[in-house]
Amino acid sequence: MNAPVRPESLHTPVSVTVTGARLTYGGTELFSDLTLRIEPGVTTCLLGSSGVGKTTLLRMVAGLAEPEPPTVVATDDDAPLRGRIAYMAQQDLLLPWLSVLDNVLLGARLRHERRSPNLTARARALLEQVGLAEREKDRPATLSGGQRQRVAIARTLMEDKPLVLMDEPFSALDALTRLRLQELAATVLAGRTVLMVTHDPLEALRLGHRIHVMTGRPATIGPALEPPALPPRAVDDPALLALQAELLRRLAG
Amino acid sequence: MRILRALVTIAVLLAVWQGVVSLTGVPRYILPGPMAVADALHRQAPLLIQHGSTTLIEILLGLALGVALGGISALTLASFRTARRWLMPVLVVSQAIPVFALAPLLVLWLGYGMASKVAMATLVIFFPITTALFDGLRRTERGWLDLARTMGASRRSVLWHIRLPAALPAFGSGLRVAAAVAPIGAVIGEWVGSSAGLGYLMLHANARMQIDLMFAALAVLGVFAVALYAAVDALLRWALPWQPDTHPADEKD
Repeated sequence: MNAPVRPESLHTPVSVTVTGARLTYGGTELFSDLTLRIEPGVTTCLLGSSGVGKTTLLRMVAGLAEPEPPTVVATDDDAPLRGRIAYMAQQDLLLPWLSVLDNVLLGARLRHERRSPNLTARARALLEQVGLAEREKDRPATLSGGQRQRVAIARTLMEDKPLVLMDEPFSALDALTRLRLQELAATVLAGRTVLMVTHDPLEALRLGHRIHVMTGRPATIGPALEPPALPPRAVDDPALLALQAELLRRLAG
Repeated sequence: MRILRALVTIAVLLAVWQGVVSLTGVPRYILPGPMAVADALHRQAPLLIQHGSTTLIEILLGLALGVALGGISALTLASFRTARRWLMPVLVVSQAIPVFALAPLLVLWLGYGMASKVAMATLVIFFPITTALFDGLRRTERGWLDLARTMGASRRSVLWHIRLPAALPAFGSGLRVAAAVAPIGAVIGEWVGSSAGLGYLMLHANARMQIDLMFAALAVLGVFAVALYAAVDALLRWALPWQPDTHPADEKD
């Protein structure tokens, strides 16, 4: 894994503020009047147990779920977010009929962009960065779960968008692979605006510059916890373990 | 090894057949032995080739037309809500009518020639293809659609690059069914009214107590059906190398 590949055009990191967020499901109010600020250039982690509505909140920001009134998703530059996000889910979402390289280039394919040598070179560089330079011609089925998620990271970076949204991107992986990929993600996402939803306090502590805990029904979002030092933080850092205990306490809330 | 096993099975079945004929002494006009059928196959080869080619052309034309029309209708149904609303009930109700009951009508409208048989085969094939492909198009993995949406793909692009390739395995199962029923459609059409084809030959041989010829025609039809199925199967394997193989014939034991 070499030095990070800088995108051709580094965007000014965007910041996003969600206000008045509200979600009702089957007559029950999951949350209302929530506020979440996604600061520019850093990773914001939204930590919460399953069913708390954090994924739906992320999907509202992503434009995949219709925001329930009076939810407002606003950017600091007042331009809409549409077309300015890169999305990564818990599943790798690789298309089984495309090669690894073609999967990284999926966005260009879907938008009918010309596949210039420049574009392909950048995709190759990203694959090299995630440690899969040799596998570009292989089909996803031949890769392990961790390798597949690496390709998904490369695809997300290939999109080169001002805001990266990640929905529990590593929760389907085994513990060791998860730790390795967190390291990789922290390196390659440095300097970008990221919102990551997770239920794993350790993951939030390793990757997040700012960590919000979302708990309760109706759910509330707590103030940001800003751990010292920069991600990726070491797993065996005693300070980190102390904070993990604190986060677990807040989660149990 | 597989071929050898199949040959042994066939040899045993033929031996049992011959044994039944020799032991019970059934007259030749009720059940001819395999040797008699082989003799008929040899003696009547020109006749069988002539009628067989007619039936084969009907089957292949029906298959091509049925697949084309079924594919178009599935794509239309998947693409347009209005089409789904208005055509789905019609399609379902039309399938409640036994297609074979329409054979006399088709002969009345399209004559004794090939057209009525091709129409019959097309009708039989049309529905499995339509439902299989439509089902496949509807069951696209949601995550892929979400991802495509965040990548700014148009509806057409999603259909072409994601939904259609994802539906190909389902379409493949429809095609296998179609290959199996195509000969049935053609032969039923020939039974109802024709002047050529294996179905016609079988009816006439039956009426003239030439049961060995009837069995010979049946054997040719069986070879067509198996060859067609094998060809479709090979085509699908070649076209969908990414699909995990779940073919029962390949079971490792």
